[in-house]
Amino acid sequence: MSDAGAASAPAGNGAGARWEPVIGLEIHVQLATATKMFCGCALSFGEPPNTHTCPVCLGLPGSLPVANARAVHFGLMIGLALGSELAPRSIFHRKNYFYPDLPKGYQISQYDEPLCRGGTLGEVRIHRVHLEEDAAKLVHFGESGRIHGSEQSVVDFNRGGTPLAEIVTEPDLRTAEQAGEWLRLLRTTLRALGVSDVNMEEGSLRCDANISLRPAGSDTLGVKTELKNMNSFRFIERGIKAEIERQRALLDGGGQVVQETLHFDPTTRSASGAPGAISSLRSKEEAHDYRYFPEPDLLPVAIDEQMLADARATMSELPSDRAERLRRELSLSAESAQLLAFRSELADYFEAALAAGADPAPPAQALANWVGGDLSSRLGEGEDPADSRVQPRALAALVGLVAAKTISVGAARQVLDKLVADGGEPAAIVESEGLAAIGGGDELAAIVAAALAANADAAERVRSGNEKAIGPIIGAVMRETKGRADGGEVTRLVHEQLGI
Amino acid sequence: MSGDILELSAAQAIAAVQARELGAAELFAFYRERASRDAGADGEGLNCFTWVADGAPEDVDGPLAGVPLAVKDLFCTRDVPSQSGSRILEGYLPPYTATAVERLTGAGAALLAKTNQDEFAMGSSTENSAFGPTLNPWDRARVPGGSSGGSAAAVAAGLAPWALGTDTGGSIRQPAALCGIVGLKPTYGSVSRYGMIAFASSLDQAGPLTRDVTDAALLLGQMVGRDACDATSLQFPEPIEPPSAERLEGVRLGVPVELRGDVSDAGIEPGVRDAFERALALAEGLGATVVEVELPHAPHALSAYYVLAPSEASSNLARFDGVRYGFRAEDATDLLDMYTRTRHDGFGPEVKRRIMLGTYALSSGYYDAYYGRAQRVRTKLAEDFRTAFEAVDLILTPTSPGVAFGLGEKTADPWAMYLSDYFTVPMSLAGIPAISIPCGLSTDHAGSGPNDDGLPVGLQIAGPAFSENRLLDAAFAFEQALGFNEGAARV
Repeated sequence: MSDAGAASAPAGNGAGARWEPVIGLEIHVQLATATKMFCGCALSFGEPPNTHTCPVCLGLPGSLPVANARAVHFGLMIGLALGSELAPRSIFHRKNYFYPDLPKGYQISQYDEPLCRGGTLGEVRIHRVHLEEDAAKLVHFGESGRIHGSEQSVVDFNRGGTPLAEIVTEPDLRTAEQAGEWLRLLRTTLRALGVSDVNMEEGSLRCDANISLRPAGSDTLGVKTELKNMNSFRFIERGIKAEIERQRALLDGGGQVVQETLHFDPTTRSASGAPGAISSLRSKEEAHDYRYFPEPDLLPVAIDEQMLADARATMSELPSDRAERLRRELSLSAESAQLLAFRSELADYFEAALAAGADPAPPAQALANWVGGDLSSRLGEGEDPADSRVQPRALAALVGLVAAKTISVGAARQVLDKLVADGGEPAAIVESEGLAAIGGGDELAAIVAAALAANADAAERVRSGNEKAIGPIIGAVMRETKGRADGGEVTRLVHEQLGI
Repeated sequence: MSGDILELSAAQAIAAVQARELGAAELFAFYRERASRDAGADGEGLNCFTWVADGAPEDVDGPLAGVPLAVKDLFCTRDVPSQSGSRILEGYLPPYTATAVERLTGAGAALLAKTNQDEFAMGSSTENSAFGPTLNPWDRARVPGGSSGGSAAAVAAGLAPWALGTDTGGSIRQPAALCGIVGLKPTYGSVSRYGMIAFASSLDQAGPLTRDVTDAALLLGQMVGRDACDATSLQFPEPIEPPSAERLEGVRLGVPVELRGDVSDAGIEPGVRDAFERALALAEGLGATVVEVELPHAPHALSAYYVLAPSEASSNLARFDGVRYGFRAEDATDLLDMYTRTRHDGFGPEVKRRIMLGTYALSSGYYDAYYGRAQRVRTKLAEDFRTAFEAVDLILTPTSPGVAFGLGEKTADPWAMYLSDYFTVPMSLAGIPAISIPCGLSTDHAGSGPNDDGLPVGLQIAGPAFSENRLLDAAFAFEQALGFNEGAARV
């Protein structure tokens, strides 16, 4: 759909030329409606096969589709979030092809009059957004794992007819990492809208990539390939990388890229030994003429003011707006604000912690650092801190204790370890573990004095101006205090006792 | 009172049941026996039916009072064979019932039988059926028309009091004309298509085939209405009333110059033209004014229709792939082989012809030249009708250029077959209602017919969208004045 790769190949570039990858994405998002796109069946979440079906989604003779108004509503929300132009009148087309997962012999989709056109998300321009229905699920028995050569194939129609929004970008991405990062932003945005579960592993977010290479500096597009079956963020980046390398090697060797659909298999290795083999997709291999024509069973989708008003009214704050708000209202650094907002579960947690009424109250920037740093790094990748044992209020209290210098940063990290493992209240942990900061009084001064005595060489070097030599001294104090001492205070005491 | 039962129109039968002069069970048994006899006649009957009910349904409360109803095969009927006349749906038992049928049985109609038809409603003679051809009760060497030929022949022969058919380009009106009964194609969208095995979605419309105009109004009145399962269905703006007009005073009738026999290339038969002219004279006698109107795009209607209908059909029939239901070719070597052989063996020649036509017309590079252009003709034609209806109330044409033709006469010449819908297709493309009523016998065919005095000719009356009540009233006035003996062909 995107024009990542009109067929003009760059001419006259031999081996060693610098190639610029051009990447566009096509994203299929399962919409979190109650019912399917064109019938009243409830969406399925792993129920026994063929239990969420009816004459319509089975494509039985005589059945007719009726468009799901909620899916249109979600489509409009996506369009609004992406700043797309919303078509006052869009139409459904039939995309005709034969496949056992397509019970009518055509998919109802949108073609030349989609619901949304244009728009941007981050740095990437949106080409279009349209609505369509998902195919059913095929399961193949036999070694091939595909329909060709399978001993038996069965169809589960539970997924068939699930509403999809297809989002197509312009070919504005240049690297695999950039594509992955942008896709995360899209996922966060869609999650914030509440229009989809956006779970790649469960297939509610699916991404194909159109990839071509062109000589750096050129503004024409090379021949593209379409890479499918990348069902995690990791695989998307790996798949795109692998395909870029494949094309680069081909072009460097004087060859030409053939326009085709490719399958990325993360479980096997490519010829060069890199993980993730790319192979030509043979299951729907013929160059299809889909014979699109307007779906005569459905009326055009006419968008009126009320529908637009409803879509606007249900829009939640978008990640980019949220980052801006966190920066403006709480004076967070731009980096922190974006880190939290683009992982909305972090921002949600952060805002819950901030509002928890901890006393002493944590400074916003410090709390943001703890949420995005120490807490996140102690949880599994992508894990929502709200699902952890650390209550937002507990983290807020912990950061408040640090800010009030009641405990040191080192002690706070130990408390956080406890919180992650067992939950609980920071104050109680500080108490029971004896982690309260050793204040500026005689106790700490005595420990510092002992450390200086034990590290006389280092002390001498510090006195003579080598500030770096203070390390072993502070280390000794921290060991002695089990990290409860405040680093700044220890440094001050060292300087004081050395008379500098 | 067997002989008497046969003489009753559906409306009269309802009145008799409601007055307790006739039991609904007795009425059903009477027709079930007649239908069964035809179905079991083993080549000796008319072959009107693809299925006949075993016994009467239990629940027949409602305004239709248990009067038996024959239903075209392509309506899905729960647990009752519904094959649309095709081998590819061999053994298929739908798990649900079409809305139109549900509404009628809900109003007290009793499902008597499913009727034979051209395969997937593609044909004008009911010869393209996996169940073999239906014969015309007026002359068994002739076709009943099609595609709702089983329904039309059953009503004409008195094997069913009334029947349900579908009309895509004339499939109710043309067989009604060829069998000497009444057939009405309603405004597109007024009857739900849910559960009708689709031929061409933007044209298909269910309607009644009945002995008289009153019965047509009665049956239609119970079918119309918005259905949440059909996005293209509409709420009918007013109730369908029993027709009562006896005069046509002040009614302006238009005869399209493009559809007059002498200028069109439809090859109109003299006997049909004579009957039509007599009807026009009669109309003037009833107080109507008859004027010429222009439908400049009507001569292109048939060509546009044979692009649009096959295009939609090529897609609608894609679901018959052998994967889930119906016929599947044995011993396929792979998926493509299974598809190919299933569809090769499951579809008849006319269906395959239209799938190929439609597939071609929708192909990349040809779409604009065929489908796009045909759609433009359709739009222009609808405008033609709107303009014409500013000058006249109703439009009259013969229903078909000829009377019932011989079995096999046109099977080798598809275009000749298609021409028998020359006058009915324009109204289908415009989505407007049209009724066919008998308007006498064609004397060209003296020697044919039960009394050797000719074969029936149909008069088509068309009106603007949702003008069904006016249409029925005018048809009723004609009917009273014409005095056609619709019972002549009963068996």
